[in-house]
Amino acid sequence: MGMAAEDQFHVLAVDDSIIDRKLIETLLKISSYQVTAVDSGSKALEFLGLHEEDEQSDANIPSVSPSNHHQVLEVNLIITDYCMPGMTGYDLLRKIKESKSLKDIPVVIMSSENEPSRINRCLEDGAQEFFLKPVQLSDVNKLRPHLLKGSSKGNQHTINKTDEATMEQENQSTERQRNILYHDLEVVQLEFDNL
Amino acid sequence: MDRNQLQRQVALMRSSLIEQVPNPSLPSLKLLVGYLDEQQFLQLEDLQDDVNPNFVEEIVTLFYKDSARLFHNIEQALKSRPVDFAKLDNYMHQFRGSTSSIGAIKVKNECNQFKEFCLAGNAEGCARAFQKVKQEHETLRTQLETYFKLRRQAGLAETV
Repeated sequence: MGMAAEDQFHVLAVDDSIIDRKLIETLLKISSYQVTAVDSGSKALEFLGLHEEDEQSDANIPSVSPSNHHQVLEVNLIITDYCMPGMTGYDLLRKIKESKSLKDIPVVIMSSENEPSRINRCLEDGAQEFFLKPVQLSDVNKLRPHLLKGSSKGNQHTINKTDEATMEQENQSTERQRNILYHDLEVVQLEFDNL
Repeated sequence: MDRNQLQRQVALMRSSLIEQVPNPSLPSLKLLVGYLDEQQFLQLEDLQDDVNPNFVEEIVTLFYKDSARLFHNIEQALKSRPVDFAKLDNYMHQFRGSTSSIGAIKVKNECNQFKEFCLAGNAEGCARAFQKVKQEHETLRTQLETYFKLRRQAGLAETV
């Protein structure tokens, strides 16, 4: 069950500022994303099911430790503030990219500082985008391609195993819908040509 | 005052809060000149919809609640000897970020002044700059409270 939730992408937002958390949450919800907002990098990792000790990938140890938390939602994208006490957004990015189970989740960094060296470092180390604060709706609109790319490759990270067969079915029906749409467009084009 | 007139007042006040030019048709209100960054504040208002009709008021309320906390920290840091400028800079950086998010440009400008003194290790300068920050912060609060009240009266907000 919970198929409606599966249609929406789920974004994990990380920011120590309560105002910015509310802002990013609203921007994301308006753009039809499901949102979980946390106030630190360590809470983000906890939510993702990764504990600091598990960051070393070992073939013999399952890459996601079955933690005792109750989160069952998959995370399709992580958007994080850069400047945070303790673990910075950059630290979080590194930990995610170094994690076998999490490295394919797209990560976006936000910052109030327009520092080219900072921006380049983040992008070079795996961030998909870098947004200058205050984040705008037009920035959030840039997220969709990163999410769609991830889903077509089947790179969504699942914290608890979801029903893969059902997901496959859904992907196929989306494919079918897309094909129908293209077909209809072709028909329209033909009619047009015939005028 | 009927509803249309109220709504017009709201619109006028809003443009006053944002624009650099004082609005002569609102003599009863203090000159509201350039308190808010147009782009950011209007962006926030654009995020209001049926699901979220009071978003701006909510985020502003959150801002004032959070700034009380940060101001307290700054005050403590200013009183301590020796003054920890790194801490001061950190607190002010957090506060400045919030002002930017809600578009409070006048307050943000005073924050920039504070930062200059902080970088220079000038505690007295910081203290003076901080007074200005607080002043602008309070002035904006009053203006926004009036603005939100007008909105409610004009029926533009959901009554709780």
